[in-house]
Amino acid sequence: MIQLPCPWCGPRNVTEFSHEGEPATRPDPGTATPEQWRGYLYFRRNARGWTEETWYHSAGCRRFFRLRRDTVSNTALPAGERAEGSA
Amino acid sequence: MTQQPTRTTTRTEGRFRLPVQQGEVLDRGRQFEFFWNGSTVAAYRGDTIISALAAAGERIFSRSYKYHRPRGLLTASAHDPGCMVQVGDEPNVRGAHRLVTEGMRVSAQNAWPSLRFDIKAANGLAGRFLPPGFYYKTFIKPERLWPAYEKVLQRFVHAGEVFPDTPHDYYDKRYAHPDVLIAGGGPAGMTAALAAARAGARVMLVEEEHQLGGHLRWADPPAARQLSAEVTAQDGIEVLTDSVVLGRYDQNWIAVVQRGHPGVAERLIKARARAFVVAAGLLERPYVFAGNDVPGVMLSTAVRRLINLHAVRPGQRAVVLTANDEGDAAIDDLRGAGVEIAHIADARNGGDILRAHGRKDLRAVELPGGRKIEADLLVTATGWTAPTALLNMAGDVPTYSPTAARFLPGGTTDDNVFATGGIAGDGTLDELCTHADAVGRAAARAGLRANRAARAGLPTLAAEPPAPAEDEQVAIPELGVAAHPALFRGATHGMVDYSEDVSSKDIHLAVREGYDSAELAKRYTTATMGPLQGKLETINAIAMVAEATGRGIAETGTTTWRPMYTPVTLGALAGRNFEPVRYSPMQPWHTANAARPLVAGQWIRPDDYGDPAAEVRAVREAVGIIDVTPIGKLDLRGPDIPKLLNLLYVNKWSKLGIGKVRYGVMCAEDGVVFDDGVTGRLGENHYLMSTTSSGAAAVWKWVESWLQTEHPEWQVHVTPVTTGYASINVAGPKSRELVDRLTEGVDLSAEAFGYMQVRTGTIAGVPDCVLWRIGFTGELSYELHVPASYGLHVWEALVQHGADLGVRPFGVEAQRILRLEKGHFIVGQDTDGLTKAYSAALDWAVKLDKDDFVGKPELAWQSESTTGSKLVGLQPVDGAVVPAEASQIITSTGKIGGRITSSRFSPTLGRAICLGQLDASLATPGTEVAVQLPDGQRTTARVTEHLAHVDPEGKRQEITDPAPQPRSGEPGLARSAVTPVGDTGTHAGWLVSTKHSTAALRLSDRGPLTKISVRAAPDGQLANELGTRFGRTTRDAHGTLVVGSGPGEWLVLGAPSAHDTLLTDWQRRAEDGDEFASAVDLTHGRALFRLTGPDAPQLLAKVCGIDFADEFTPDGAALRSSVAKLVTDIIRDDVEQTTSYLLHCERSSGQYLFEALLDAGAEFNIELDGYPVATEH
Ligand SMILES: [Zn+2]
Repeated sequence: MIQLPCPWCGPRNVTEFSHEGEPATRPDPGTATPEQWRGYLYFRRNARGWTEETWYHSAGCRRFFRLRRDTVSNTALPAGERAEGSA
Repeated sequence: MTQQPTRTTTRTEGRFRLPVQQGEVLDRGRQFEFFWNGSTVAAYRGDTIISALAAAGERIFSRSYKYHRPRGLLTASAHDPGCMVQVGDEPNVRGAHRLVTEGMRVSAQNAWPSLRFDIKAANGLAGRFLPPGFYYKTFIKPERLWPAYEKVLQRFVHAGEVFPDTPHDYYDKRYAHPDVLIAGGGPAGMTAALAAARAGARVMLVEEEHQLGGHLRWADPPAARQLSAEVTAQDGIEVLTDSVVLGRYDQNWIAVVQRGHPGVAERLIKARARAFVVAAGLLERPYVFAGNDVPGVMLSTAVRRLINLHAVRPGQRAVVLTANDEGDAAIDDLRGAGVEIAHIADARNGGDILRAHGRKDLRAVELPGGRKIEADLLVTATGWTAPTALLNMAGDVPTYSPTAARFLPGGTTDDNVFATGGIAGDGTLDELCTHADAVGRAAARAGLRANRAARAGLPTLAAEPPAPAEDEQVAIPELGVAAHPALFRGATHGMVDYSEDVSSKDIHLAVREGYDSAELAKRYTTATMGPLQGKLETINAIAMVAEATGRGIAETGTTTWRPMYTPVTLGALAGRNFEPVRYSPMQPWHTANAARPLVAGQWIRPDDYGDPAAEVRAVREAVGIIDVTPIGKLDLRGPDIPKLLNLLYVNKWSKLGIGKVRYGVMCAEDGVVFDDGVTGRLGENHYLMSTTSSGAAAVWKWVESWLQTEHPEWQVHVTPVTTGYASINVAGPKSRELVDRLTEGVDLSAEAFGYMQVRTGTIAGVPDCVLWRIGFTGELSYELHVPASYGLHVWEALVQHGADLGVRPFGVEAQRILRLEKGHFIVGQDTDGLTKAYSAALDWAVKLDKDDFVGKPELAWQSESTTGSKLVGLQPVDGAVVPAEASQIITSTGKIGGRITSSRFSPTLGRAICLGQLDASLATPGTEVAVQLPDGQRTTARVTEHLAHVDPEGKRQEITDPAPQPRSGEPGLARSAVTPVGDTGTHAGWLVSTKHSTAALRLSDRGPLTKISVRAAPDGQLANELGTRFGRTTRDAHGTLVVGSGPGEWLVLGAPSAHDTLLTDWQRRAEDGDEFASAVDLTHGRALFRLTGPDAPQLLAKVCGIDFADEFTPDGAALRSSVAKLVTDIIRDDVEQTTSYLLHCERSSGQYLFEALLDAGAEFNIELDGYPVATEH
């Protein structure tokens, strides 16, 4: 089990968190086309390598926060911090 | 020993038992008997099952898997393939490892009718050998014979017997956070542990055998004892013997199974090691030749263990094949034990053996050239295998050293993983210990750096940990590699995998059939896939593949090692079972009144009280009360609540007046119905939102996610108060009369308190109750939300004061019938994960003229569509037929046109009624559809005009009788979440336990304490007044404890008698300041306990993954984590220098948490302590 660095609580076991996926920008609901709206609903990069993710510390501080995670090595960093060699 | 033989010992001493040996692990003063296949055998304390049997002259301990060949001792260790036995009802016990105990009932496995005469061995004789891929080739077709195949295959299973009636053992679990975890307690592991602990690291040293010492136990017993004594004397080392590191996962998450802990069968330790040292030593490798599995053929380490540790003479006359010092030392040991050495074949000078003769027992050894030497013991010392599995799991790829004729670690693991000892290289004991010492220091350095990194910025610390002194990189000396002859197979074929009966010939055949890589040949032949998981066999199997393909071993490469390193019981993995359950405050009444429990998520609720139809009639004709505590409740505070409600609900909220309640539906962004409920406005900036019971947690998270990620600028504070209130729905024509009898301060007349309105008042003497006038059941009804500690009191008052009105409790089943009669849908029952709002007949609720709401675009598009499904009311034409829920609707063309989503027999109408999802083309009222019943029959149902089957006009909500006179009541006793055991008393209006314990470890219910949640800016004026921040606590002069429970959240804990003062004070402070702040009373919504005693951190380590060491969780720390799988706030609040924690969780799980803590504390002799009336802490 990996640990994630909660920006509030410090490192905690990943089972304390829920994964909320890659953040997606909400289109203007007044003007969005079905294609734009469904892109927001369903399409994600799902990259091999560094991704930005939202996590919720459900068994801790109950804050939503951003994280950068390398999906290959599972190295996780607070959003904004960049690992060497990362995109 | 021989000078004073007692009669007992002379009579029962085994024929092969030697006099006292220097390194022996036996307690000669403790002799006893146990049973082997029904006969008694003598043993000393310290004997393994097999050493005691070997001392008594037994040579065969099992039959092999496929051919039922007799098997004896090979390694005399936990990895001995022939020594798996049944102990009582426990199968597959490693007999050469398990210590024997008095009266133990041991029997052989896989040997029918007996060990010495085995019918199934005919497989080996008549059919010759079962070829590799036998199962794949044989048991394929025809399928109708599979049951027959199963019977055949069962006879081959090489496992013991499992008894379904075996009583459950108690298995345990705990977390650990060592700076350095060391796998292997031999000289290198012990030296590394000492070095790491002396460098200030917390060390966990795990050894598979029963003693520390590794091979020194037989090679140099005094040295083993000295090192072991040093380890024991060293602070900071936790030694676990008879324990195994099962696996290493990402970020040094390490699974250890600990055996021999008192009171538990096994215990799984989940360790987060900041550094990991693998010092697993070397395993001796068997030699492949004909007859290498005949009882009497043993490894050199096996005879050395038997002689030196267990004082057992392994035979009378021996042939030894030696290629190394261990073999030479075995010869000395054998001579010392009085074994005649008939022949020594020295492989370093070209010596070899050809085959072993004998079936049930070794008779002779044949040398190349044909010379036969009579012997009952053949000892081989032909090389080593480095057990690199744990390094492999850490990412290391072992490399083959032709010089050493073994694989070595590739040196490519993560930074915080190290290897030392024999696994890493060769050298003298001094050289190995020098290496281990350096590795121990390097691991300590890495572990302590990781420790500091984990503490950096930790909110629970009062101050940042001091910057570390510059620590110097530790230079780890290189370990050499000693030359060793490459010995894998002699001139004949023999067993490669003893557990699976795979021979070198089988592997050659597999390669010829095209399975020419190690990974393929392994799977095809099943070599290395038996109980030993390759520890003895992998390298020989690879060597055989290399030999058969003509490639080298290095080129062939090794297979991947995966967890578990050694087989583990399911019990150990399951451990103590953590399944939180939730109870309402009225549960004791339900239990006492024969409620049939319904498990609804984590909640235990009354399904009915014996007769749901009668309960329905009571509600329709008189008055019923139902416990609806699980309904989700969110307390909302702040000026921006209307914006939030407008965004999350599909309907409009801007004009909801104070005292009004509105029904709302939430959809997700894809337009699918997500939850529904009513929300009422209690004050200018104060709302109470209700959700479905099952959706309570999800809606809370949903609301938080919109507030935190999309609209952090909105001023709204959300506090879950689901279990802060006991919720009681009083429904029926006489509900108003009943409620009126107990209510003060609320005018219940039709004019003053209309339908869909909310009031606050006093019920049965209990102030601060919330009353909604709503009607899920379709009857006139009042939903009472009572401060939870008084829930039982109010419930009992309703029962008592409603007796003359015919009040009757009703359960979830009656409620489901009532709401179905009324046509109210249930999210998740009448909708599914694809049901958008218009398909749930919510056209009236969706307000597309709002600028925005969650899911609006999808609903706008759905509104334009004429296809899809619709929620409709349905009635079977034959009212006696109640279609099963999920029955399908079949169209005239035989296609699926919908399904029945809810179906019951209506006691009110005397017929079946349903709700269903129907294709829009079938949804017109009056349409008749065919319902396919589970038994294959069809019935016809008609689509009804309304969803409501009873009272579609809503007339039953109207009040016709005159308003009676309100009365008052006494408030009754407040009760905490835990039912007190033993003597009770009262304190400040609370029922409390008066038990007094002086035990070292005590658990006490502190539920009565006042608990006020304060929300404000993390760094504003109010934060300043509160005097502490997230992660820390402070206590004021009055003894009130302020806890920094979250970012911008505080919990104020005070004496029960100070409740009103504290609440008023903090609400005033929250309102008066310039910043947006709020204070909510959580006294009744939380369970609160105090756990006190020096062992409290050890107890918590069994239920929580947090590091409770002082350096991480010092006095004054506050954090939230998972305790026994329950989200729990943990506050370190020492009492008079004794470690103490306050633990609190939402109220309904309080009893569960209390019991989980008592269970975990049993091994520390935890006791219940009453409420400290005098001190009120
Ligand atoms: Zn957190």
